Amino acid sequence: MTIDLTDTTTGAIHDALTQARRRMGGPASGMVLTLIIVTNEEAQYDAVRAAVQAGREHPSRVLTVIPRKPKADSRLDAEIRVGETGPGATILLRLYGPLAQHADSVVAPLLVPDAPVVIWWPDELSASAVKAALGVIAQRRVTDAAAGETPQEMLLHLAETYQPGDTDLSWTRSTPWRSLLAATLDQPYPALLSGQVEAEPANPTADLIAAWLRLRLGIPVSRGESAGPGITSVSFDTPDGQIMLCRPDGRTATLSWPGRPDRRVALHRRDTADLIAEELRRLEPDEVYGETLREFARGPVFAGIAAT
Amino acid sequence: MFGVTGDLARKKLMPAVYDLANRGLLPPGFSLVGYARRDWEDEDFAQLTYESVKEHARTPFRDTVWQQLSEGVRFVQGDFDDNAAFDRLAQTVRDLDQERGTGGNYAFYLSIPPKFFPLVVQQLKRSGLSDPDAVSGVVGGRRPWRRVVIEKPFGHDLASARELNANLDGVFPPHAVFRIDHYLGKETVQNILALRFANEMYEPIWNRGYIDHVQITMAEDIGIGGRAGYYDGIGAARDVIQNHLLQLLALTAMEEPVAFDADSLRTEKEKVLSAVRLPADLAAGTARGQYAAGWQGGVAVHGFLEEDGIPADSRTETYAALRLGVDTRRWAGVPFYLRAGKRLPRRMTEIAMMFQRAPHLPFAATDTRELGQNALVIRIQPDEGITVRFGSKVPGTAMEVRDVNMDFAYGESFTESSPEAYERLLLDVLIGDPPLFPRQQEVELGWRILDPVEQFWAEYTKPEQYPAGSAGPASADALMARDGRAWRRL
Repeated sequence: MTIDLTDTTTGAIHDALTQARRRMGGPASGMVLTLIIVTNEEAQYDAVRAAVQAGREHPSRVLTVIPRKPKADSRLDAEIRVGETGPGATILLRLYGPLAQHADSVVAPLLVPDAPVVIWWPDELSASAVKAALGVIAQRRVTDAAAGETPQEMLLHLAETYQPGDTDLSWTRSTPWRSLLAATLDQPYPALLSGQVEAEPANPTADLIAAWLRLRLGIPVSRGESAGPGITSVSFDTPDGQIMLCRPDGRTATLSWPGRPDRRVALHRRDTADLIAEELRRLEPDEVYGETLREFARGPVFAGIAAT
Repeated sequence: MFGVTGDLARKKLMPAVYDLANRGLLPPGFSLVGYARRDWEDEDFAQLTYESVKEHARTPFRDTVWQQLSEGVRFVQGDFDDNAAFDRLAQTVRDLDQERGTGGNYAFYLSIPPKFFPLVVQQLKRSGLSDPDAVSGVVGGRRPWRRVVIEKPFGHDLASARELNANLDGVFPPHAVFRIDHYLGKETVQNILALRFANEMYEPIWNRGYIDHVQITMAEDIGIGGRAGYYDGIGAARDVIQNHLLQLLALTAMEEPVAFDADSLRTEKEKVLSAVRLPADLAAGTARGQYAAGWQGGVAVHGFLEEDGIPADSRTETYAALRLGVDTRRWAGVPFYLRAGKRLPRRMTEIAMMFQRAPHLPFAATDTRELGQNALVIRIQPDEGITVRFGSKVPGTAMEVRDVNMDFAYGESFTESSPEAYERLLLDVLIGDPPLFPRQQEVELGWRILDPVEQFWAEYTKPEQYPAGSAGPASADALMARDGRAWRRL
């Protein structure tokens, strides 16, 4: 069921939600969190779709904040979708004029009582004012450095403003790589002399993996460029030869270890819904991300491109 | 009904009368006489009633019900000091006794500002309306009844509450005075008693052994609207804490009444109210604020001091928070935090019983970082129901515990729409069933609790500004932070 409310207030939205809930026998109960998405008209479709898909694992109320026409008079339009897209409810909030600067006043009354709040900026962060007001409401703040033109600069910016509860989808994308790397080194291994991460030039995930390896292994890790897709390889130089995880096709990785047969491992690139679902699974601050980001900011890992 | 042209009468009382009739709960011959200054005929009043019923009634409109009801609708025009008009009123109800067989039972609903109470009550006495024997005499071997219904505010401090009561006392005996606190007519409020005393699983943990603290909240998203004249000088504490919130506290904290009758119930409420203690340091244990201009619910709104009819130097608070103790064996050391405010993010009234943390957690600290305090939340309005909040394992390979909700929603378990509070209360007035109406003693106990706070505020503090749409003044958060606690999110 879709309910359109034009020139409305949060009170009216609330009433509409309660009524819809009564009529449909309670699709609103059991919601575990509120997910706020701050985006624009162009990107909202994909973002909402990803959020709704993630909502199958985490029934949530999705509040999509879309600032419109800053010069217009203040107005709030709402589009409420309940019961058709899975558990929970999706509300698209279009904020016209100066109201966009006060998105928190619209969002705060619509949060699911008691439940945690996660906010996600799927696009490049530009409206830092909105971030300030809205970010306070949320206990997890999800950005995506890969969405912008200059992901490395974005990571540096994120490192500067980091506070517990922040996370970035480029970090989430590193999870399968990191668990595979951890598993690879979870056995006796020769001394590691240095490491190398190869990926497309503008791939913040590769930068974070390199920083993470530096931090964890205490060895120099450089960042090399390749044609992609995504990250193509991570390798370590050892006195015995090279330990290497190589994924040229974005689907299957091959692990080569000196003196052992090559092994193949599935290592898919994941879509946004999976990433969001993963982020929603743990709601406490991701401390390893914080440490890695700090490490990244200390020495720009991408300077290592020269080493290749 | 005095004050029939007022908001309350039009939006709540007359629709409630209709709903009662529609549910078949009114006695045959029920008649409604309106009294107001306006120069109206019976038909004009019937028309007003018709419109307010059409617009505000909760049950579907049925012409036959309306026809039957409207036959008993009368209007008497007059001022409150107009002897002749009151004589006409007396004549009108006597006529109704004859025509409609009402049996000489009268309830007087004073939906008027309290300053007119003495005048109206004296008029009722003078015209003989208040005297069951004067107008109708004994009907059918039974002495007919006289009841008077009054609305809050029941004074603005202890002295004025007593004065108000004295005005009624000479004319109506205490058992004939029905003080309406419409909160007590709400289903969810009555359900507090069912929850506590009809079940076995709550009462054993309903004490200091398990409860860490209690938060009682009444948040409104609206401002003062057109009530400036009433609100200025009254403020949030007198407006809602003294009555609604203290009543909720009483129902939450009281011992089990020996029976569900008026006397037992009121006795228990009075006991617990008399055990309520204010914080020793009123500066640290109370907070108050005034909403400033801001954005509320997507709309830019004025601050309190800019509202029409509010002086720019008003020190009336629109937000008040109190930390109270209840000195009984059951509640010693358990603070009750009360807060009420306007222009907060959303409209919500709730009682939250916050439980102590488990004395020992056999999990790794990181596993339970997202685990809060267990809570039992009674949602009074809107979205009436009960939420139980407890920790549960998050599905997955790791042992991670996170808070989840178990939810009981009235609207889902009982699809019959619950009656409006006024329906229940009006019906109780007609039946003469008083458990849901506070006695004078309770009103006085409420003022006894609040008076020292009001005096302290008046002497030493100025309300702190908080932006409209925010969760209240910083001092209220500080009040909780000093005790190592935090308000629940609004």
